[in-house]
Amino acid sequence: MSMSTRLRPAAAVAAGAALALVVSACSSSGSKGGGATGSTAGANKASAPGVTATTVTIGATDPLTGPAAPGYSEISPAAQAYFNYANANGGVYGRKVTLKYLDDAYNPAQTLTLTKQLVLQDKVFAMVGALGTPTHTKVVDFLNSERVPDLFVASGCSCWDQPSKHPYTFGWQPDYIVEGKILGQYISKTYPGKKVAYFYQDDDFGKDGVTGLDKYISQSLVVSRQSYEPGNTDVTAQVSAIARAKADVVALFTIPQYTALFKLTSLKLGFNPTMVVSNVGSDPLTLSGLLEAFAKQGGATVNGNQLIEGVVSDAYLSPLGDTSNSWIALFKKVRDQYAPNLPFDGNVLYGMATAYTFLQVLKAAGQNPTRQSIVDAVEKGGLTGPGLVPYRYSKDSHAGFIGVQIGTIKSGALAVTGTPLTTDNGSGPITPYTTAQQPAPANGIPAG
Amino acid sequence: MTIATPRPLSAVLAERWNRSTLLRHLSIAVVGLAGYYLLSISLDAFHDLQLAQISYTAIAAAGLTVLSGLSGQISLGHGALMAVGAYSTALLLEHQHWKLGLVLLASTAITAVVGAVIGLAAARLRGPYLAGATLALAVGLPSLANYHELRNVLGGANGLLVAPAPPPLSLGETFPVERWQAWICGLCLVITLVLLANLASSRIGRDMRLVREDEDAAALAGVHVARTQVFTFAISAAAAGLAGGLFAFVNQLASPGAFPLSLSLALLAAAVLGGLGSLAGAIYGSIIVTLLPTWSADVAQSAHLSRSVYANVPLVAYGVVLIGVMILFPSGLQGGVRWAGRWLWVTIRRPLARKDSH
Amino acid sequence: MERFIDLTLAGVTSGAIYAAVALALVLIWRATRIVNFAQGGMLMITTFIGYTVIQHGGSYWLALAVAIVSGLVLGAVVERVLIRPVENRSPLSAVVVTFGLLVLLQGLAGMIFGGTPRSYPPAFSIIGFGNANHRLLFAPNDLWVVLVVVGVMAVLALVFRRTSIGLRMRAAAFAPEVARLLGVRVGRMLTLGWALAAGVGALAGVLVAPTTFVSPTAFDATLVYGFTAAVIGGLDSPPGAVVGGASLGLALSYVSGYLGSDLVPLGALVVLMVVLMVRPSGLFGAPAGRRV
Repeated sequence: MSMSTRLRPAAAVAAGAALALVVSACSSSGSKGGGATGSTAGANKASAPGVTATTVTIGATDPLTGPAAPGYSEISPAAQAYFNYANANGGVYGRKVTLKYLDDAYNPAQTLTLTKQLVLQDKVFAMVGALGTPTHTKVVDFLNSERVPDLFVASGCSCWDQPSKHPYTFGWQPDYIVEGKILGQYISKTYPGKKVAYFYQDDDFGKDGVTGLDKYISQSLVVSRQSYEPGNTDVTAQVSAIARAKADVVALFTIPQYTALFKLTSLKLGFNPTMVVSNVGSDPLTLSGLLEAFAKQGGATVNGNQLIEGVVSDAYLSPLGDTSNSWIALFKKVRDQYAPNLPFDGNVLYGMATAYTFLQVLKAAGQNPTRQSIVDAVEKGGLTGPGLVPYRYSKDSHAGFIGVQIGTIKSGALAVTGTPLTTDNGSGPITPYTTAQQPAPANGIPAG
Repeated sequence: MTIATPRPLSAVLAERWNRSTLLRHLSIAVVGLAGYYLLSISLDAFHDLQLAQISYTAIAAAGLTVLSGLSGQISLGHGALMAVGAYSTALLLEHQHWKLGLVLLASTAITAVVGAVIGLAAARLRGPYLAGATLALAVGLPSLANYHELRNVLGGANGLLVAPAPPPLSLGETFPVERWQAWICGLCLVITLVLLANLASSRIGRDMRLVREDEDAAALAGVHVARTQVFTFAISAAAAGLAGGLFAFVNQLASPGAFPLSLSLALLAAAVLGGLGSLAGAIYGSIIVTLLPTWSADVAQSAHLSRSVYANVPLVAYGVVLIGVMILFPSGLQGGVRWAGRWLWVTIRRPLARKDSH
Repeated sequence: MERFIDLTLAGVTSGAIYAAVALALVLIWRATRIVNFAQGGMLMITTFIGYTVIQHGGSYWLALAVAIVSGLVLGAVVERVLIRPVENRSPLSAVVVTFGLLVLLQGLAGMIFGGTPRSYPPAFSIIGFGNANHRLLFAPNDLWVVLVVVGVMAVLALVFRRTSIGLRMRAAAFAPEVARLLGVRVGRMLTLGWALAAGVGALAGVLVAPTTFVSPTAFDATLVYGFTAAVIGGLDSPPGAVVGGASLGLALSYVSGYLGSDLVPLGALVVLMVVLMVRPSGLFGAPAGRRV
């Protein structure tokens, strides 16, 4: 039978393998950085891999397909849209920024392969906004050993803040412990003595959030803690446990689908607690979309918006509904012109804000940026931008935003209240931050 | 009176070649190793990584093709067995500090034992019932990493990091680690293929085929059916375990998200596309399932399509290739290669034969 | 006690969904002896079609009808074009082809509709039975799902056992050569089997869509558990599919509620293995035939 391997097929196999690999090696594009000399824009040089006199190429890995794709797949396209806008308006030192983002489908092995492709083959200047905790934790060592700037990781894990171990990696969004502390303090102050329950995702996102909540919410008041596995949409058992425990307030560290599922099962049981939701799972546009069809069936004449009315959450960027805000106006303009297919929701805002931050540090890295100079630019700190709170960047800290501002969803949009609050992810206190947000630059590109 | 004319050396060698499977397999292995080495040094680091990934995929696919092609058992759960091998390797490297070779051997053995247990439990299952059981295994076993009690050991959703094993200093300081990984994977691949090929040509291989064709006839012929099936399952699990160990070594991780159901199905696709029962086919199939997604993603990128179209091109391409190859090549690609080879052979010989006959 | 009742009701509800998918798989198996991996993808496409009808102002029932009809068409087309060439080969060829079809359908759905989950309305109210003081974890919509599934099961069992077309379909699947000799249009029966199965799948998709939302990968878990339920019940038996679905739904609900959501996939594996070790062809399946 076919088990006696003769030379012919074996040779064919070897030839086939070689051919396939060589073909794929030849046909894959590699942006050869560092080759071109001579300048077209003043004294621009090809000063680093991924940087030429006229372009800067950066990379990212995101889940563009698969169960983790909803929402998150909008972030890098939104960032690219902002880069396109900036490129059309002069760029940074005349250079155009291109973001090459690849789909890892939230599979860490795929993340590693793609990251190696971006660094070894495409020779990108830096990784910007790579997404996911279980995925990105697997490439952090590689990126740091290759000395590739790993900027603004799209995840709230506190693990990006390790300057001694991972000097090239920086976070961006407030980490989940910080958020948990601030939400926890809000709950204990606004609903003293009331019964609280937790509903959280069974991974670092949820557990870090709960760690933060527990620092401010008295244990005796927590009547139920239920976790769910992302990927299994049957959370009836968990939500019904919370409902039957008759909690007054439920703190949710959930992604939008599970926030919606919580609401639906609560409706079924006639359970109507105050929901306090992490900013990860509270985007009003996304939630309305998920609950839209139920609104009509809700028994009364509710619309999707009414089902999320009164949900408490937090924000570290200007709320989307605040159209008079210069940043929202800028990003909406960019999205209308360069990415009309994207909804104008929290993910798109996130992507564009990250992109703006990258342009800031790219500019600060000098006319001929190197990988070291852009890392130094981030560590120098003092960046102001679309955030409501400052960054923590310094030589000793690679964490991003240091707090959030509490808000409530009213009429389908988040309305922030009070002042932004800042804290650390340890036992530090929560302190208000009273410096006003800087307005957006007139042309929408960082001034430097 | 017949005088025994001394036979020409070529005929003697040819007969020796045909008779000794071990000699045949070893010579092909040497040629394969040489070819692999040459290939690996002509590729850059990233493509060496892909070469390594193809190699360990081929190891798992080879085990699966032996299971399904020779022994007729279906398994949709080999991705879970790879996970067992990967986690074993990750844990051993972290806690025991053994040499890599010993760790891989141990992971292979552990996975073989797991495979034997599964084979025993599934010994009475046939066809779609075995498929269903292995499907539940593919989904259920990796989720063990999320189990609360084991989270400290297995790392939960984040999984485990495997410390990188740098190449020995004798190779030079700038030797790319990916090439070293490709060498290890290539060596393991050749060893596995030689072992599996020998197994298939042996008496056990004959027993497997008998059981596949007709269990009752095999039992009448003195073959212990259940034992053969469990043994085959254990062997294919061992291959998957080795592949998993190499997976952890190359990708430097073991995590539940890296072993989704689609991995098990991709391994099956690799085995079937290449040709069930064919070891060479396992290689072709692995090349396709490893390179096609990357290649189609590159093509989609350069075409500047809209976001949702570009992201899904690799999926569509993958589905089309799977369907197309299955429909066009009933015996898999190896069948196609043989057909092409035979056609070539006949076409070349025809004019020669005509010349002889004049 | 209340917890137990809650979990039981939740298990019945989710079990009905698994049973619906299991029925579609059983139908294809009985009609063509093939396991259809693309079932989840096919019902995802038909649910998207139903969603599109609703987006354009159609009523729930119109969308349901359109989804079922498009399921019938899709099933027939898939059988004729993709499955016919591999029908007579090793069952693994069909597994690979249907897996390829699943990936293809998910890719196409992603291209056309994007990855954002869409909201799909339920047929009836989702507010649990009871009053403002105490509500059951069981709503009119859940009752509707259970009744539909039981009804479909009854119809299928009747068709297969009592009607001549059911007999012809079974003959075409079990003994195609003999059936052909007896005048059964084997090809047409196979196509009919796939069409019906896809129609049942479309129904299942619409029933489950409210709680899973509609996206290219939303139905993956439903398919896995539906297949598990079909195997538990025995792939030859529509009542088995329903019993399998109900048992699996209940078992997973109890595991999720009493042991934790992290153990659910493992729980499914354990339940399946326990059943199969005792009855290798499922609870109601016919013992594996011998090939002579």
